[in-house]
Amino acid sequence: MISIYDILLDRFGDEVIVGQNAEATDPWIEVAPASVTEVCEFLRDDERLRFDHLNDLTAIDHFEPDPAKRARFAFEPHLEIVYHLSSYETRLRAVLKARLPRWRNDKHGEPPALPTVSHLWPIADWHERECYDLLGVYFEGHPNLVRMMMPEDWQGHPLRKDYEWPEDYHGIRTQ
Amino acid sequence: MASLASWRFNHSAMHLEDPRIIEFDVRTDEMLINMGPQHPSTHGVLRLLLRTDGEVIHEVTPHIGYLHRCAEKVGENLTPVQWIPYSDRMDYLAAMNMNLGVALCAEKLLKIDVPEKSMAIRVIVAELNRVAAHLLGMGAYGLDLGTFSPFMYAFRERELILDLFEEVCGARLTYSYVTVGGVTHDLPGEVPFPPGLANFTGHKASERIRWIDAVRVFCDWMTPRIRDYHTLLTKNAIFLQRTAGIGVLSREMAIGHGCTGPVLRGSGVDHDLRRDGEPIYTRMYEGYDFRIPVPPFAEASPTIELGDCWSRFYVRMLEVAESIKLIRQAIDRYEAATDGYRLPHRLNAKLPKDEAYLETECPRGQMGFYLVGDGSPIPIRARAKSSCFCNLSVVPPLSVGCLIADIPAIVGSIDIVMGEVDR
Repeated sequence: MISIYDILLDRFGDEVIVGQNAEATDPWIEVAPASVTEVCEFLRDDERLRFDHLNDLTAIDHFEPDPAKRARFAFEPHLEIVYHLSSYETRLRAVLKARLPRWRNDKHGEPPALPTVSHLWPIADWHERECYDLLGVYFEGHPNLVRMMMPEDWQGHPLRKDYEWPEDYHGIRTQ
Repeated sequence: MASLASWRFNHSAMHLEDPRIIEFDVRTDEMLINMGPQHPSTHGVLRLLLRTDGEVIHEVTPHIGYLHRCAEKVGENLTPVQWIPYSDRMDYLAAMNMNLGVALCAEKLLKIDVPEKSMAIRVIVAELNRVAAHLLGMGAYGLDLGTFSPFMYAFRERELILDLFEEVCGARLTYSYVTVGGVTHDLPGEVPFPPGLANFTGHKASERIRWIDAVRVFCDWMTPRIRDYHTLLTKNAIFLQRTAGIGVLSREMAIGHGCTGPVLRGSGVDHDLRRDGEPIYTRMYEGYDFRIPVPPFAEASPTIELGDCWSRFYVRMLEVAESIKLIRQAIDRYEAATDGYRLPHRLNAKLPKDEAYLETECPRGQMGFYLVGDGSPIPIRARAKSSCFCNLSVVPPLSVGCLIADIPAIVGSIDIVMGEVDR
């Protein structure tokens, strides 16, 4: 059984491969957000790995909106982008994570950015659009980053923990 | 004056090989055509914006989200067991498989090993539902291509499966039967003979029968019906002309676009999670004798290309027969099993500070569920990765250069359910 973490660490060093969690149910590897594209390209093209299938791309919003519960909340507020990869050739599976601040420059409403992987796996195009729409992550270099599920003029990103429903949408009550 | 019979295009003189190019060579103004969201052959509320030059498609832009019901946001406010009824509404044509996906994902997170008997029950209901989903896919595909009869046949059989499910859990579409730790209750013992099944097999509806025997009767009755579908559609000359060589999805494109299920296998990739998945899922299917149909098929007509609409359709049809084989074996296992149908699981069991992502082989592809726990009973992230969403993303590149009339053939062969695409 080869260690994907060791291969990546050997290739990129600990500046890019920030850490791992080998004890988790699905062991994951943390990557510096700016280098996601290079790491993914290596994972896809390396002979030993050949991750040709992007199973899923999503994000997790680690935030507790209720101030009363915030003290017990076990995480620092941040956003995690999760890439689930697998290979039809080598039958390997991997989980990549990139950690981002919740908002760019701490300005509420400005999505944090990270490079796109849509040129590596075409399906990432749609997954990234959905992620941008619902979770507010800006993918730099994406060819057409517009909303997927919500209408194009919708405000905010509904899967954020501190999202507040608008009063109305074009005169239609939403609450 | 030359007679009509001798009149022919001299293609070589025009340097054109395909006579259709003459028509296609004439450029008209491009048109924007809006197809859907209320179009019958878009399988729900899918809106396709077509940019066409005459009859030829230049670009297809799918617009989705009309059925978005915030299933993921709901999942972040409920425990996984409470989320199961919402998973019913994702792929509502294969709700058992959706339930199974959530239940297995939560079991993976909580590290629960379910008993043998519950696994046999899960295989029975999941495969019955796969048959029902593929039947509806077949019938609706016939409708898309302008033939009505297969739809009626498909619904006749599907109705019998729904009758059986009704005896199991009372619901006909949204079952919520498979739950964390097993299934909500054991399969019923003796039940009144399902009236539809009684009618077709020469029994009386007043008779009583064990539920598993009713499933056996159904399997015996269903097996010869599959031959009818091949006569009705698979080998039908018009059907072949509409689907053979249309929407050819190459192996590389299928993998790159994340296609799964029959769409992936139709392009020649031998991958089925029931055999190649994670141990918690493949354990259910261990020791079963079943085949995974992958083209090229020896019996296919010579006009068929690998990865075209017909191949995808035929993979589904062969899977129906395999599922029936699986059901028969699962019934025997169910009768032999001595343990329970469910492990005790508290509704408010605390989720560990861990995460689990699990894909299962649903009729339409690999449906993935992702649960992230933080120590409380409610996950901080509940994600449903839809197989139809990924399969639909391949429609724009497949449709370029096709005729407008081929769009229903391509969308139908992908077999999407909008409830799952939009979640």
